[in-house]
Amino acid sequence: MSDALIEIKDVSKSYRRDHLEIPVLRDISLSVSEGEYLALMGPSGSGKTTLLNLIAGIDRPDRGTIRIAGVEIGLMGESELARWRSRHVGFIFQLYNLIPVLTALENVELPLMLTSLSQKERREHAELALRVVGLSDRMGHYPRQLSGGQEQRVAIARAIVTDPTILVADEPTGDLDKVSAEEILDLLGQLNTDFAKTIVMVTHDPRAAERARLVRQLDKGTLI
Amino acid sequence: MPLINLIIRNLFRHKLRTILTVLGIAIAILAFGLIRTVIAMWYSGIEASSPNRLITRNAISLIFPLPIAYRSAITAVPGVSEVSYAQWFGGIYIDEKHSQFPQIAVDGSTWFKVLPENRISDSQLAAFLRERNAAIVGVQLARRFGWKVGDVIRMRSMIYSGDWDFAIRGIYTGAKKTTDETIFFFRWEYLEEKVRQLEPWRAGHVGWYVVKITDPDRAAAVGQAIDARFKNSLAETRTETEQSFMQGFISMSDAILIALRIISIVIIGVILMVLSNTMAMTARERLSEYAVLKTLGFRTRHLIGLIAGESLLIAMAGGLIGISLIGPTVLGFGTVMARTVGAIFPIIGVSLATRTLSLLMALSVGLAAAIFPAWRTVTIEIAKGLRRIG
Repeated sequence: MSDALIEIKDVSKSYRRDHLEIPVLRDISLSVSEGEYLALMGPSGSGKTTLLNLIAGIDRPDRGTIRIAGVEIGLMGESELARWRSRHVGFIFQLYNLIPVLTALENVELPLMLTSLSQKERREHAELALRVVGLSDRMGHYPRQLSGGQEQRVAIARAIVTDPTILVADEPTGDLDKVSAEEILDLLGQLNTDFAKTIVMVTHDPRAAERARLVRQLDKGTLI
Repeated sequence: MPLINLIIRNLFRHKLRTILTVLGIAIAILAFGLIRTVIAMWYSGIEASSPNRLITRNAISLIFPLPIAYRSAITAVPGVSEVSYAQWFGGIYIDEKHSQFPQIAVDGSTWFKVLPENRISDSQLAAFLRERNAAIVGVQLARRFGWKVGDVIRMRSMIYSGDWDFAIRGIYTGAKKTTDETIFFFRWEYLEEKVRQLEPWRAGHVGWYVVKITDPDRAAAVGQAIDARFKNSLAETRTETEQSFMQGFISMSDAILIALRIISIVIIGVILMVLSNTMAMTARERLSEYAVLKTLGFRTRHLIGLIAGESLLIAMAGGLIGISLIGPTVLGFGTVMARTVGAIFPIIGVSLATRTLSLLMALSVGLAAAIFPAWRTVTIEIAKGLRRIG
């Protein structure tokens, strides 16, 4: 048995569009160690986001196995998988995906609603996460009152607040200006080095990929 | 931050849409409650009927009279404790528009004993019995026309000829909420006296007898005994409980009542469509957010709770506003009806059952409207939901 945190073996995935079956991933095998910072690169349609979704347990492979920390997530039922995601995965989206009617603090607190923490403890954890991303002075702000970079910081705080096993980021700088993108990449790097977070990031941006310690290229659903 | 906070904040994302939907539901529930109240008013006569009273009328039809001589024979039937009688007058006060209230000639000495729910003071009853053309009117009727004790009013009749002057000597009130307070009672002796003068061939008759019995459990047997007395006579009788008698009246309006019931159900169907549309739009717009919540680990029950909670709150708000408006609207409706076509519905009030049914309807609509959007949200794959972003 491997000591890899993420272990993907012979995974294939295809989507059905009308009557056509479109293969997206073909026999992918990949291992990611604990504390790794992996960047997945490749052209559009190469299957990066699909692979990320499979790792994060929000999609299921047609064939093959995905083990995270020794647990085969493909065998889990929907409800069990949802519980597993809430404990083990922090997701960072390209468009931040904050809930617009909640403040920064409430957005970060959201994943903690699924835990047994008290309201006071939830608040403390959320405040700490926002301090880590440098937004302690924006806690009461709504997403519309924040810049893109700040919104992504809130999203990162939401992703780390449950102290997940892995952080998955889908084009985290794709919608940001250069300065904000640098800040976000610095923050992700800091989470990897200072907090030993395992990060899997999908990106088009070579400058973002440079920050990762391991870069893998995908092309037409195959790792090259 | 409990989930209810998120539900409440979601409610106010599209304020105008939420307000319009709430108002739509409020108006529909108001219409539903109004219709149910009208139906309940129709049946209020049945509720007001007493189990220890029988009505004896001509077996052919209520429009045919019975001889006054039957009174002593009915009184002699075992199980009968008191007999009173009455006759329709068909009066026209001012004009036909103002005349939609019942005018009944009654036996003054027994009527208020047999129907004690029409409460009248002893002094007013004594004054009523002293004067032949005296009348006692319901408090609502007196209020409608501004009548007071001592007033003399003139009527004509669609049944009897001549002008009729009545002196109001008493105003009765209802002992129960369901008691009709819009009736104009006057003495049968006055009617008889004038009929003997003007149309003597019609004298000596009454419209129906009201029979008080000692034991309601023996109502059927007493009724059969009364009818048996007049078998093969020129005016055979039909005796039934007061409740059956009232139901007979209501059955004449069955088609209208069924139509009203169908309309009330259609109204509920319409608000279901309105709220379903709002919730479907809302869920479609937030599909990506629900996908994010699923990604974070929120489960089916959380998402159903968010959608159904929002739908229920909208429905409940609309329902409560609508229910709170039923009372004043019914009152206004009653006033307008009284001014235009007369006091067709004497009992103006919204029952607890109508309010409860209206609220239950609103909540059922709230739940039903959430079914499709919740199902759609729960069944969509997360990856597909996330792709709807931007």
